[in-house]
Amino acid sequence: MSEAECVECGAELSLHDDLEAGEIIDCGTCGAELEVIDTAPPVLDRAPELEEDWGE
Amino acid sequence: MHVGILYSRIRRDEKLLLNELRDRGHEVEKIDVRKQQFGLDRMTTDVSELDLVIDRCLATSRSLYATEFLDSYGVTVINNPRTADICADKAKNSLALAEAGVPTPNTKVAFTTDAALEAIEEFGYPCVLKPVVGSWGRLMAKIDSRNAAEAILEHKATLGHYEHKVFYVQEFVDKPGRDIRVLATDGEPVAAMTRSSEHWLTNAAKGGKTAAFELDETALDLVETASDAVGDGLLGIDLMEVGGAGSGEYTVHEVNHTVEFKALNDSTDVDVPARVVDWLETKAAESDAAEAPIA
Repeated sequence: MSEAECVECGAELSLHDDLEAGEIIDCGTCGAELEVIDTAPPVLDRAPELEEDWGE
Repeated sequence: MHVGILYSRIRRDEKLLLNELRDRGHEVEKIDVRKQQFGLDRMTTDVSELDLVIDRCLATSRSLYATEFLDSYGVTVINNPRTADICADKAKNSLALAEAGVPTPNTKVAFTTDAALEAIEEFGYPCVLKPVVGSWGRLMAKIDSRNAAEAILEHKATLGHYEHKVFYVQEFVDKPGRDIRVLATDGEPVAAMTRSSEHWLTNAAKGGKTAAFELDETALDLVETASDAVGDGLLGIDLMEVGGAGSGEYTVHEVNHTVEFKALNDSTDVDVPARVVDWLETKAAESDAAEAPIA
């Protein structure tokens, strides 16, 4: 398990092992949605806001 | 096989798919659509050696263009752009279903608020106003009165995007607190579930509770015909029961082309990603056979 810092609140996040670039994780401290930009080492950024044409 | 997954967000659906593909030893190329430029003969990522590309774009606009470009490069793309074009647009979806003789809710499209109000009044109350492009139950309006209709139409007319001025008005189907989602590959069901809610919107994305559902012969036929009507592929077909739960009478309200399946995987005892990858392997083999030189 690796760790990364929340870009919103600075809290330390424990990341699961099978992390994928493009995956969204929630910060347990501030609730921000974070996108995994890279996995080795883990890089997080704020996830994009919901767009009107998202869906299935 | 060597598979491309076109994505902008890895949801649990994509993760299930990635894990199943990798567990079977398939080579997977993740293609972030946001980093691509699509030229007339190639895109940023070299896709020429891929057996197929699975479109898992979250944004419908990207899905529509990206699949067109991939198809033009001669790459097998799941789902193909013709299917995506029909499924992405509720009006085209309704037309395709009606033309195929699939029972589907009565629908009218109007381009002005006055014409839309007339259509709403003709349907009577309640009726439903939907965006032609959209998902997860967003911006859906159940209209209970003329006052509500006038207000909603005025709001829609000022939303800005031209698509909001394409008014898609539909009869309200009094479903029994649930609808049915079927995941199908080329018309063959993989798994089916009900989505139940006390709210008129029963989408899983809106918190609808899911449970496995056994399809009867009528539903099986409808799934096959609805799939064929939009050009087949990996599809999510949505049905509502008319005449009460278990009536065996259905209407098909839409077919989805970048279908989510995590809820189906959780709600049924079907290994959904395994069944999807089984099908992808078949498609890749068909694609190889089609490209092989004739001896």
